[in-house]
Amino acid sequence: MRREKPQKLLDYAPIVFPAAMLIVFFVIPFATMIAVSFFQREQAGFYTPAFQFANYERFLSLFFANVLGFSLMLAIAVAICCVLLALPFTYLLARMSRKAQIVWLVALLSVLSLSEVIIGFAWSTLLSRTAGITNLLVAAGIMTEAKALLPSFGAVLTGMVYQAFPYTVLVLYPAIVRLDPTLTEAARTLGASPLKAFFTVVVPALRNTITATLIMVFIFALGSYLLPQLLGRPQHWTLSVLITDQAIYQSNMPFAAAMAVFLVLVTLGLVALTVIAGRKGEAA
Amino acid sequence: MNGLRNLYFTLIGLFLALPLIVVAGVSVNEKQTLAFPPKSFSLSWYGEIFLNPEWRNALLASLTLAACSAAVAVAIALPLAWFLWRRVAPWANIFQLLGVAPFTLPPVITALGLLTFWATTGFYGQPWTAVVSHAIFFVTLPLVTLSLGFTAIDRSLVEAAATMGADDKTIFRTVVLPLILPYIVSGYAFAFVLSLNEYIVAYMTVGFTMETLPIKIFNALRYGYTPTMASVTILFVATAAVIFSLVARFGDLPKLLGAMAADDK
Repeated sequence: MRREKPQKLLDYAPIVFPAAMLIVFFVIPFATMIAVSFFQREQAGFYTPAFQFANYERFLSLFFANVLGFSLMLAIAVAICCVLLALPFTYLLARMSRKAQIVWLVALLSVLSLSEVIIGFAWSTLLSRTAGITNLLVAAGIMTEAKALLPSFGAVLTGMVYQAFPYTVLVLYPAIVRLDPTLTEAARTLGASPLKAFFTVVVPALRNTITATLIMVFIFALGSYLLPQLLGRPQHWTLSVLITDQAIYQSNMPFAAAMAVFLVLVTLGLVALTVIAGRKGEAA
Repeated sequence: MNGLRNLYFTLIGLFLALPLIVVAGVSVNEKQTLAFPPKSFSLSWYGEIFLNPEWRNALLASLTLAACSAAVAVAIALPLAWFLWRRVAPWANIFQLLGVAPFTLPPVITALGLLTFWATTGFYGQPWTAVVSHAIFFVTLPLVTLSLGFTAIDRSLVEAAATMGADDKTIFRTVVLPLILPYIVSGYAFAFVLSLNEYIVAYMTVGFTMETLPIKIFNALRYGYTPTMASVTILFVATAAVIFSLVARFGDLPKLLGAMAADDK
C-alpha cells in the first residue's frame, strides 16, 4: 500500500510507546544533565538548583586544558592508526569470497562487542611480565629478560586501536563494498599496478568516506573510559575517565555534568562536520 | 599481490587474536598464577564461573539484564520502524534521530544523563533502571536492522492484503511480521551481546547495588588477578562468536552490515 499520512487518532498508536520511552528516558535525562551542569554543588555530594557558570569556568585551569588536549590527541592518534590499518584491510576483504567475508565479519563483530574491561584485561595480560609477549621473545632468543610493557602510552594506544579497529572496518565496509569494481579494472587495463591503482583510484574515490570515518572513529575513541585506566598511568586519563571520577568518587555532579555537556558540544560539532563532508560527497 | 594480501590478513588476524590466545592460555593454568604458556592444564576455572556464587550471580545478573533490555529495545524499535515505514510523517524522523543518538555520543554522556535522572527521580540503584538504561542505550541496533528490514518488504504485498480487506493489525500480523522476523532476531541478538559486555552505563546506574559480569571483572581486577577473569573472557568471546555466526547462518550478514554502518552515519 502507498504510504499515507496518519488520518485517524488510532493511526498514531504505534509511535506512542517508542516516543514516550525516548522522551522520558533519553530527552529528559539529557535535559536534567544540562540543568545540573549549572547547579551549585553542596558539601555532602548534593547539589542545589542555581544558575551559575562556575562549573564551566573550572575548565579554564591548566590541568583540564592538559586533560582535554591529551584526550583529543589520543583520539586523533587512534583514528589515524585505525583508518591506515583498516582501509587496505577492508578493501581486500570486500574482494574476497562471500564465505570468507562472513568469517571475518563474525570475528570482527565478536571483538567489537567485547567489553572494554575484557579488552583491557586481555592486553594487560599480553603486555605483562609473567605471561606477556616478551616471554615469547625471550624464548626466541631476541630478548634476554621478560619485562612488563605497561602502564605506558603505547599500551593505551594499542588497546584503543584494538578496540576501534573492528568498528573502523564496519564503518568503511558498506562504502567500499559498493565501490564500482570497474574503476580499478580500468586502471589495471591502463597499466597501473594494483598498488598504484589503489592509491590513485580507490583512495581518491573514497576521500569523503575516509574523512567521515576518521571523525566517527575519533568520537568512538573519545568515549573510551576503562582502557586509559587499565593500561596507562594517571597522566593518560581522558575526559571520560575524569567525568566518571567527578560523578562517582568526588560526588561533584554539577562539574561532571558540565564536562559532559562540553564533550557533547565537541562531538556534535564533529558530527555536523561529518554530515557536511557526506553532503559534499553526494554532490560530487 | 596475493602473497602480500595473505601476509597482511595474517598479521591483522594475529593482532586481533593474540590477546585472546594468551588469555585462553592463562585460563587453563591449574594454579592461581598468571603464567603463559600455561604451566599445567585444568578446566577448573571454567567450572568456577558457575560454582563460585559471586561469579554465578554476576553471570545471572548480566544474562537477565541483557535478555530484558534487548527485549525492551526491540519493543521500542519495532513500532517506531513500522510507523516510519507505514506513514508519511516527517516530524516522526526526530524519533529515529533520538534512537540513534545514544549510541553515537560517547557512552559516558548517556551514562551520566541517566545517572542524574535516576538520582533526581529517586529510583537510583533499582535493578530495573539498568534494564531501561540499556534498552535506551542500545535501541539503535534493532532500530537500524528493522528500518533496513522494512525497506526490503515489497509494498505491493501489503497493498494486496489491504485490497482484500485486511486492517492494519491483520496486515502486520500475517504479512509484515513473518517478513520482518529475521531482522527482529538479529536486532535482538546485537543488543543482547552488547548489553552483556556493557560497563559504563551499568556501572553508573546500578554499580553500587548490582554486579554485572563486566563490573565484577573490573572490581576483581582492582584486587589483583584471579584466573576466573580469563575463563569468563573466553566464555564471552565464544558466546559472541556463536551468536553472530547464528545471525550469519540465518540472515544475510554482509547485507545487514552494509546498511547498518551506512545508516549509522
